[in-house]
Amino acid sequence: MITPRKIFCALAASLFTLAATRPALAADSKAPGIAASPVLKPATAGSVPAGPEGFLTRWLVLDPIPGDGRVTDSAIRAAATKEYFANQNSVMPRDGDKVTIAGYSLFSRDGNEVKVATADYTWHAVDCSRHNLNLYHLAFFQGKPTSNVVFWGVTVVNSPDEISGVRLAVGSNAGSVWWVNGQEVTAVYGDKQTTIDDSVSRKLTLKKGANIVRFLVVQNAGMVDCCARFLDANDQPLSRLTFTLTDPAAK
Amino acid sequence: MNFRLFAAALLPLLPSAFALDGVIQIHDPSTLVRCDGKFYTWGTGGSPLVSDDGWTWRRGAVPPVTGLAPDVIRLGDRYYMYVAHNAGGQPHAQIDMISSPTLDPESPQFKWEKGGEVASTDGVEDCNGIDPGLLLDPKTGKLWLTYGSYFGTIRIVELDPKTGRRVDPKPKPVDLAINCEASIMIFHDDWYYLLATHGSCCQGANSNYNIRVGRSRSPTGPFVDHDDLDMMQGGGKLFLGSESRVVGPGHFGRLDLGDGVEVFSYHYEADLDRGGASVLAIRPLLWRDGWPVAGDNAKTGSYQLRSVRTGTALELAVEGVPLTSGRGGGARGGRGPGRAAPPGATAPGAPSGATPVAAGEATPGGGRGRGPGGGMFAGTGSPIPPQDVAVVSKNWPAGNVDTRMANYLDQAQQKWTISPAPNAGGYPGAPYFKITVAGTDRALAATADAELTTVPAFTGAPEQLWCIQQLTDGSYRIRPNTVPGVKEPLALSAAGAGFATLAKFNPASDRQRWHLQGL
Repeated sequence: MITPRKIFCALAASLFTLAATRPALAADSKAPGIAASPVLKPATAGSVPAGPEGFLTRWLVLDPIPGDGRVTDSAIRAAATKEYFANQNSVMPRDGDKVTIAGYSLFSRDGNEVKVATADYTWHAVDCSRHNLNLYHLAFFQGKPTSNVVFWGVTVVNSPDEISGVRLAVGSNAGSVWWVNGQEVTAVYGDKQTTIDDSVSRKLTLKKGANIVRFLVVQNAGMVDCCARFLDANDQPLSRLTFTLTDPAAK
Repeated sequence: MNFRLFAAALLPLLPSAFALDGVIQIHDPSTLVRCDGKFYTWGTGGSPLVSDDGWTWRRGAVPPVTGLAPDVIRLGDRYYMYVAHNAGGQPHAQIDMISSPTLDPESPQFKWEKGGEVASTDGVEDCNGIDPGLLLDPKTGKLWLTYGSYFGTIRIVELDPKTGRRVDPKPKPVDLAINCEASIMIFHDDWYYLLATHGSCCQGANSNYNIRVGRSRSPTGPFVDHDDLDMMQGGGKLFLGSESRVVGPGHFGRLDLGDGVEVFSYHYEADLDRGGASVLAIRPLLWRDGWPVAGDNAKTGSYQLRSVRTGTALELAVEGVPLTSGRGGGARGGRGPGRAAPPGATAPGAPSGATPVAAGEATPGGGRGRGPGGGMFAGTGSPIPPQDVAVVSKNWPAGNVDTRMANYLDQAQQKWTISPAPNAGGYPGAPYFKITVAGTDRALAATADAELTTVPAFTGAPEQLWCIQQLTDGSYRIRPNTVPGVKEPLALSAAGAGFATLAKFNPASDRQRWHLQGL
């Protein structure tokens, strides 16, 4: 017997399949740009203070790079160790900087080999109006692919003192890997939705002054975003931090 | 020997699920009381029991005054014992008090001093003056004594918390309940609860003792049960009755261990696995809907350890193997491929050598995860067996492996076996446990930096021993015996939905509260 519920389920399943197999959006020169996003704005100069909830709201994000869309543990580990561009784990770029990524092959989830051409990718300095960094908007409003991609992001967290016993608490959609001052500290595996404080690092020490926080978000399809903040030894948000996009040590 | 005979032969050697360790034979135990780190209780005829940890018990020192069903309470810097004895034929009885600054016979301060009679019945009146129970009222600071046993009523009189004696012997005692014994009051959330034992005692496995409860806004009643039946009319909500191999619970006593952990002591008239002996028992005391509930000590078994805070389950930080090939990747925010099989793994049920498959990925000939019966929600058409940890674990690292938390998917790395650690001691009501990944010897352990890890094999080291105590809301607190280099006790804590650590227990938070969901 065909019931309305079954029809709905069939339609929903079809929509999922269509969405999953839809070709990625091609880059569109007529796209409105990141500034059109209601939740992302080009970053202003100087520093921005952490709000009472401590979320890192100022980021440099690289255009989406084609990936295989896999978000399993091993796929995310593979993405985190793949060299996409030189000094990817140490570079502190400026807004508008470009990196060239040489062409490579990947295998999509249906097993087909996809050749990715050599291309230039641009860093964008953005401020988030919410707790999360909306990577979907960053790509979508530039007319760039939002599915089967990876995003690199980096920011500078300025601490007034050396603070020990803190934890980096992150959430992401989908998987992600996070580094603080060059050390991997936590990761999110699987097709997760962004939840505040989903994965939490072991205790670490923030240096007085600049601390570099870097992420790689691995996206399959649909929404893609992430959030991060530091928690103190009592699991309370560290709100006395500021965020900039310049590493003093790099000068 | 066939298995049934073997099992029957072995049965008497196995401890009851509820039984404590060591010498625990006692009848009518007094409320557990702590003194200088030790736990004490006394029963009818003196029968003292003492324990260093609340789990393993031994015989203690007989007090100078012995009798029927004593109760003990600490008031200020002294311990007061109330002991009844028959002054003639029942119900002609009286309750006497003795006190000592310590309960430890090895202490130079140890000295019981007689305090005299505090209550009595003349053999004619409608009460039998035995079975004292004490409450130091946290609301008013008053000290209350309830007593009585079947012959008529349970009564209450007021004592002086400074001396342990009657405030004024002239007022007539107030009647609270009828046709029960072993009464004691406790206070919780602005309610007074009268717990008393119904049924018959002293008949071994035929004793139908059971603990009942009523509540009142006043210590002098009326105490009514959940069905609005007054305990003076025989009311009483069942708190604990006989269970399985243990018969006739009675003589309730409450001990608040602090930080949201309460336990109660009592005896079983007969532990069938100990030849029908009357034994001491200790269980968690819970509170639900305004009523006390008998909780459960952690028991051997396999569990999902699920955080109350996050709803996610503790797991070994390894890539899980899906139980099925999934139903396709999604394009909306939260759908898509799950976790993939590790290299070389095959989908459950697939023939040896079949193509490895990851959750959410296409299965040959089946479309995106479609079962053979047609339709993506049709399943496989046959039961899916549990994951074989021996197979799955071949891909796990050999050394220490971290833990993390994730949504429970019935995968091998998410199942934990809890079992008593041999000869490791315990805490009131239960032994220290080892927590291992089910089907393996890989054991959960605390690290020197107060985090969690798993070691390849359980060694009995103190950082691998776990105290699993049920909190008053029914969830569990899970604490390592030792965290290297850390003095204060820490508990398993959900720092986030995906990560667990060790942290100081906060009774006001759900972070350190866990469900043990049996598998």
